[in-house]
Amino acid sequence: MSSALLYAIAGVLLFAAGAAGVVMLDHLLRRVLAFNIMGSGACLVLVGLAQRSGIPDPVPQAMVLTGIVVAVAATGLALALIRRLHAQTGRVDGKGEEGRDKGETVAGLTLPVPQAVAGQGRDD
Amino acid sequence: MTTNELLPLLVLLSSLLPGLVIFALPEAWHGLRTTLNLFGAVAKIVLVGLLLAGVQAGEVYGFRHVVAPGLELVFKADALGLLFITLSTVLWLFTTLYAIGYLEEAPHRSRFFGFFSLCVTATVGIAMAGNLFTFFVFYELLTLATFPLVAHRGTPDAKRGATVYLGYTLVGGAALLAGIVWLESLAHHTGFTHGGFVATLLPGNEGGLKAIFVLLIAGVGVKAAIVPLHGWLPKAMVAPAPVSALLHAVAVVKAGAFGIVRIVYEVFGVETAQALGLLTPLAVIAAITIVWGSLRALFQDELKKRLAYSTVSQVSYIVLGTALFGPIGTIGGLVHLVHQGVMKITLFFAAGNFAETLGIHKISEMDGVGRRMPLTTLAFSLAALGMMGAPLTAGAVSKAWLGDGAVAANMGWAVWVLTASSLLNAAYFLPILWRAWVRKAPTRWPEEHIVRRGFVETHWLLLIPPLFTAALTVLFGLLPADMASPLSWAQMIAGREYLLPQR
Amino acid sequence: MTERFVMLAPLALPLLILLPLAWAALAFVLGAGRGSRLAIAAAAVQLVLAFALAAAVMDGGPLHHAAGGWGAPLGIDLVADGLAAAMLLLTQAVALPLFIFARGYFHQDGAHPDAAGHHFWPLAGFLVAGMNALYLSEDIFNLYVTLELVGLAAVGLVASGGGAAQTAAALRYLFAALLGSGAYLLGVALLYGAFGSVSMVTLTPLIASASASAGAEAAEVALIAALLMVAGLLMKSALFPFHFWLPPAHGGAPAPVSALLSALVVKASIYLVLRLWLGPLAPLLTPLAWLPTLLGAAAILWGSWQAIHAERLKLLVAYSTVAQLGYLFLALPLVGVGSTGASASAIVTLQALAHGLAKAAMFAAAGIIIHATGRDRVDDVAGIAERLPLTLFTFALAGVSLMGLPPSGGFLAKWLLIDLAMARGHWPLAAVILAGGLLAAIYIFRVLRLAFLNLPEAMIEAEHHKARVVPRSAEWMAFALAAASVLLGLFGGLPLLQLVDGVGAGTP
Repeated sequence: MSSALLYAIAGVLLFAAGAAGVVMLDHLLRRVLAFNIMGSGACLVLVGLAQRSGIPDPVPQAMVLTGIVVAVAATGLALALIRRLHAQTGRVDGKGEEGRDKGETVAGLTLPVPQAVAGQGRDD
Repeated sequence: MTTNELLPLLVLLSSLLPGLVIFALPEAWHGLRTTLNLFGAVAKIVLVGLLLAGVQAGEVYGFRHVVAPGLELVFKADALGLLFITLSTVLWLFTTLYAIGYLEEAPHRSRFFGFFSLCVTATVGIAMAGNLFTFFVFYELLTLATFPLVAHRGTPDAKRGATVYLGYTLVGGAALLAGIVWLESLAHHTGFTHGGFVATLLPGNEGGLKAIFVLLIAGVGVKAAIVPLHGWLPKAMVAPAPVSALLHAVAVVKAGAFGIVRIVYEVFGVETAQALGLLTPLAVIAAITIVWGSLRALFQDELKKRLAYSTVSQVSYIVLGTALFGPIGTIGGLVHLVHQGVMKITLFFAAGNFAETLGIHKISEMDGVGRRMPLTTLAFSLAALGMMGAPLTAGAVSKAWLGDGAVAANMGWAVWVLTASSLLNAAYFLPILWRAWVRKAPTRWPEEHIVRRGFVETHWLLLIPPLFTAALTVLFGLLPADMASPLSWAQMIAGREYLLPQR
Repeated sequence: MTERFVMLAPLALPLLILLPLAWAALAFVLGAGRGSRLAIAAAAVQLVLAFALAAAVMDGGPLHHAAGGWGAPLGIDLVADGLAAAMLLLTQAVALPLFIFARGYFHQDGAHPDAAGHHFWPLAGFLVAGMNALYLSEDIFNLYVTLELVGLAAVGLVASGGGAAQTAAALRYLFAALLGSGAYLLGVALLYGAFGSVSMVTLTPLIASASASAGAEAAEVALIAALLMVAGLLMKSALFPFHFWLPPAHGGAPAPVSALLSALVVKASIYLVLRLWLGPLAPLLTPLAWLPTLLGAAAILWGSWQAIHAERLKLLVAYSTVAQLGYLFLALPLVGVGSTGASASAIVTLQALAHGLAKAAMFAAAGIIIHATGRDRVDDVAGIAERLPLTLFTFALAGVSLMGLPPSGGFLAKWLLIDLAMARGHWPLAAVILAGGLLAAIYIFRVLRLAFLNLPEAMIEAEHHKARVVPRSAEWMAFALAAASVLLGLFGGLPLLQLVDGVGAGTP
């Protein structure tokens, strides 16, 4: 088994574990972490598979750098949203997302009452 | 763009543009709205007159606009289309006059007249359509434009009626669409041609063509109120009287009947339709509709409901005429397209007058109304006699040709259907006339809105239209052979369809 | 005149990305709720550029631009073909009226913008920049980056509504989007590992030859990669049953945001599915073409059903989006041309444009109605014909296009699609399209027939008092969008189909 394949398989396993976490975990912070593991797995596949006969290929390295930047931005946004949700509802679990199992009964989607609510969410 | 292209376009625009402007007018601008309405209606009559003169002189009018590769909006002015255009254009002028009088002081007039104009635009588009694609576009446009008119009163009843109307017509539209696209995928075009164009697809597509015929006829049959697709028509009675006139005489029902004529003659062609064995079932359905409509009419106490069922019955005369193989039946059907429109619009104008002036909605309230409103009742009586097929009226002409056509087509049973229907017509119209002229008037009318002044029994704008159309009913009956009469026109069209020398 | 117009086109490729980035950054610096005029002016310029680009592509075929003078593989290539030009045109054509609408909507009290609009302008700018970059990208990795740009900006916009429900919806949307783009990225990594390239042009022949030689290891890897990419994109496209995140996100956001998301954002990932499916991945995925089509049919029926039963107006419109997106997947097995000679991808593009314009108009109209009545239940539209005739007319016109009734763009697309399905003998597809139109009629006329109801006089008075003012400009912009969607059927179909088909994009 070549080292490239080893990296790739490890990457795929990481990705699968991360994806399962994003889908199945309730705690939102854990989901963000799971997403990061998922992203790392994909990057590992990208870098690992791309070394032709031991000589590293610069293009995927550049791609992975870009990918990391994207992941950082996404993580930041997710954390900001989780903080706001915590400030507004006091909870950080996915159960706060009402009706996750049946998207059609998305209750509580009352109209935004902008003045009142935007003030609370301002801390992020 | 040449004049011959421009003229059909102008005929469309003469009601479309005023309609769009009227939408934008503030409610209070009564004068400008009325001017625009009448200007549009008169301009359309003038333009149609020009078209008629041109066609008589051998000019060919047409206009096409490509919307996608292989898909064109085609407008043409042929004899059959012009028959329908002339009918709806002339009746539109009177309906507009009537509506102006009827809706005085009523709310939402800009909306009403805007959609009113759109309706007529759609009707003219249907009449001028040169292929099934164009026909479908305007057919659906007519559905959309009539929905707000049926719902106009804004009562829960109006809402229900409009919903039922929409349900029927949209499902019909879907069937029509399926049929047209299917046909297009076989024939690669849908242009109306004399004698039809599906004959080239035979042999090999018999099953498909039969299914297409059913889809197409069901699609337009909804608007023509063929049993069992007629359920919307009595429900739509909640609409104001001018809208009923529009539905029953000028636009909607007529568009359905006209569509059947086009499909039988210019898509399938009578010979092909006959060869596929499609005409006899169509004739049977028409006959059932004629009898069923008349029977139901017999048991309605509400005047407009009785008239609605009468329409169900009468429109199928046109379908029957179309389905009778042979030129005489064709002539009977086509001439009834015009005659039924003129007579039925008179009846609805009169019914509207009874309701607006005295608050009479039911037949049981009509005792002695002939003395209070003699002119309106006279118009009503003439049209009712026409519907029964009394001699010297337009109805008699239609029924005579239809009967002869049935005999010529070896469908003797159809004569019995016509006779039975005439008897039923008499059974549901004569008691009304009896009540109106002979019975004593009650001391108080249900709700007297308009007080009598001298000879003027109601608002003059409400009075002139029914009198005029009643006069036409008699005129068409007295002078059937005149050059400009619907009959000679129908003879010309039928002559072309069957390639006969003109009679 | 036209020649000078077309000469703008090479500039359009970089400018369509740089311009929105620039005004978005400026709007961010200007502060909360500022920058609307800038955005509108820039959007107008972008619209002109997009028109110039489309005209040039129609005349002379695809345009290329190597960003910064660095070509592939190290640099980034921008390419605009007919399909891309059409999508760019849609994006700018929806964005401009929507921005004018949003300015009126968020700034009704004059100087003080609505709190919900505080972050609208920079986020909308980044969103438009991301979408334009997506349509112009030629390599599948750059597409990943642009997908994420679009996704993050969209999530931010959903959250900008401010309420807890919006935050929750934004989070759900975010996780769905990240999961989707993660799967896509893994697919890209596998493809690069197998073929050593991310350029679609280079990959197309490589994948074709790999899948032609039976049992090749590269072909198996490529198939897994293709499935991962498409599954990820379908998640982002909200194709049934991945639609769970869409209704709360689109139904809960402020009206201009909902309009942007429903009209444009979901189209971006669908565009990518079509582009990949009919392009480089075609040899791998063609046998599976019925799968998304089945899901699309299910989406039409399920989405319509939910819209018919939705209690809230904006949720009704959002479910209508779920249904309408289904149409875009119906054409995948219909490669080739129907009796009219229009290709499947051209018809889908037409449908995407018609839906984009109509849905933007409908969300805008719904927003105006909700703002004016202060309530958002479907039943609350009773009597709206009296008070907001123009907006009701807008809603109805948009509805005409969604129902696929003539003469709208939606009608033309539906007609061509049925024609194509029948020409291929796929009757069930034609039946689904017809049924979808009727179901759409049910949920749209559910609103319209209520709107014509008369309210008792006293109630009208009370309503007038509490009604908030909606600027006329906002009403007219919504109307312009709806009218454009209808006129598209009469005048837009021919040039659009020629634009997409003429340059041989997508299907042969």
